[in-house]
Amino acid sequence: MARVLRINTRNKKVTEEDLAGDYAGLGGRGLTSRIVRKEVPPACHPLSAQNKLIVAPGLLTGTTAANTGRISVGGKSPLTGTIKESNAGGTMSQKLAKLNIMGLVLEDKPEPGSPFQTLYINKEGAKLMEIPEISGMGTYDASKKLFEKFGQKVGIMVIGPAGENTRLASSIQFTDPKGNPSRAAGRGGLGALMGSKKIKAIVIDSEDAKAPEAADKEAFKAAAKRWAEILVSHPVTGQGLPSYGTSILINIINEAGTLPTKNFRDGRFDKAADISGEKMVEIINQRKGVAKEGCHAGCVIQCSQKYCDEKGEYLTSGFEYETVWAFGSNLLISNMDQIAMLDRLCDDLGLDTIETGTTVAMAMEGGVIPWGDGQAAIDLLKRLYDPKDYLGAIIGNGTSFAAEAFGVDRVPVVKKQSLPAYDPRAAKGVGVTYATNPMGADHTAGYAICQNILKVGGDIDPLGKEGNIEVSKNLQIATAAVDATGFCLFVAFAVLDTDDALETIAKLISARFGINFTADDIGKTGIEILKDEFSFNRDAGFTAAHDQLPDFFTNEELPPHKVKWDFTAQELQKAKVDF
Amino acid sequence: MKIQVSCFATLSKYAPDDGNLDIEKGDTPESVFKKLSIPSEEVKVIFVNGQSSKRDTLLKENDRLGIFPAIGGG
Repeated sequence: MARVLRINTRNKKVTEEDLAGDYAGLGGRGLTSRIVRKEVPPACHPLSAQNKLIVAPGLLTGTTAANTGRISVGGKSPLTGTIKESNAGGTMSQKLAKLNIMGLVLEDKPEPGSPFQTLYINKEGAKLMEIPEISGMGTYDASKKLFEKFGQKVGIMVIGPAGENTRLASSIQFTDPKGNPSRAAGRGGLGALMGSKKIKAIVIDSEDAKAPEAADKEAFKAAAKRWAEILVSHPVTGQGLPSYGTSILINIINEAGTLPTKNFRDGRFDKAADISGEKMVEIINQRKGVAKEGCHAGCVIQCSQKYCDEKGEYLTSGFEYETVWAFGSNLLISNMDQIAMLDRLCDDLGLDTIETGTTVAMAMEGGVIPWGDGQAAIDLLKRLYDPKDYLGAIIGNGTSFAAEAFGVDRVPVVKKQSLPAYDPRAAKGVGVTYATNPMGADHTAGYAICQNILKVGGDIDPLGKEGNIEVSKNLQIATAAVDATGFCLFVAFAVLDTDDALETIAKLISARFGINFTADDIGKTGIEILKDEFSFNRDAGFTAAHDQLPDFFTNEELPPHKVKWDFTAQELQKAKVDF
Repeated sequence: MKIQVSCFATLSKYAPDDGNLDIEKGDTPESVFKKLSIPSEEVKVIFVNGQSSKRDTLLKENDRLGIFPAIGGG
């Protein structure tokens, strides 16, 4: 039977239990949010012993079905104070699944001043150990040391200096198939939660473990074949993403007039072409990088890459649209190499690139460094390596904190989490998601850019109000379900356009577990997850008043379309499922 | 009369050299595809002046036309 391991970080005891009772049949975000709802007091301080950090592979992770290697990380967010699930690629999820571990729960908290521990898990069991030399290290050096110690085949989850020092913008990084810690559970400051538990890294060794098999092997094989066909034959998942990566979006979002520029002052950036996906691929090819890579085994979409510096040396990977935007048009920086270095620094320090880009914007608003100065932004982030550097501490604590420190009143956050790379005034469906989803401003929670701009899964005017509440609500439900399966969210591009896709997913789940799971059950799963999340937030003190965008979006017109944000608080509540 | 035309991603090779195109009264995105030899079936999203538009939208002087294949990301 699938197992959950509980690790008491204070007394170092590890206990094991079956995935049963309230947790039976759950995976990924479904499991992390249910455990948080049941076991974490909603009003607790996120860095206190009462909070828990939960790590969970998806329901289909570890199987041969394509693109099922995502991992969910959950807890009460140190950044937002809401419930949080942040998911990532990398190799660890499949290794946990191979060990038949559906969840890790880090509990309690060591005494102040206790040393950092590393949690090592293999088929024999789990143990905590001290590896003093990796404390204080960036994630690149730390994971290199861990591979040397435990072998090249392990999967690693690690925090950097930002997480160790419980900075609110900190991420948790995961190693990719090439061993680079470039895949991030970025949003919501979960690195700080891991740091508060004094866990520097988790290392999973699944050597000689035998992965659990599908209950109905033949049915699973047939459904997995059809599933791969669906992904490979869709033009977005089969061609667009593999060819150009996610930065392919820069030009279309710019053309649509919704690429946030200079801290959400304009919807277009005059140097968008310099930071586009097309430009990135051109640079990668000139320097003998790699234009398409997967973040986990079994990925057929291959949206990642190897980006090299001018000397042809590896600089970064998992170099995403959101990152290019956050440090690019958002800060008026158009030098791709500087943006790539900022991405590398975030991965190494263990920082969310979206939150950090918008935080640097606060530093530019406050006159700490000049707009458009990429080198100054690089120097600013490097201060975070020194835990005693006060300016580094301000930057590491995210947008809302930095805005207060620098006296800035133009602060693009919802529930203290920063907005990502689409201006909500000219992409209203995703704006509804920013305002209302349980996680704080988040695009992935209900990615209405599909219908607003990309014309995938429907066609809804991004500038008007009609249809945008409904599409956000439906996508929030569907996304919660996807996040429970271990699927990469990008499968949605193909799923939304393919008639038998939901049925195929239902067949995969049915055959894997020997149950009768239907396409209707997918929606029900999403609703149950959102109920756990919204009710946790309610009990943590969140009300409709928190489901709002900052008022400058209501007061200022966005060029070029001259549009404002115009949803009322009451209208927005309709985007939430009843809980 | 002149319009600005931009073609992106896999369609970028069809873009006019200086980004401008002479059109006539009655021209539409669909007729522009023909003038530029863009395979119509490869076009997924069309923007005229930043607004999503249909293939038979009438174009006018100084319009900004953006032509995209199916793309996604995020």
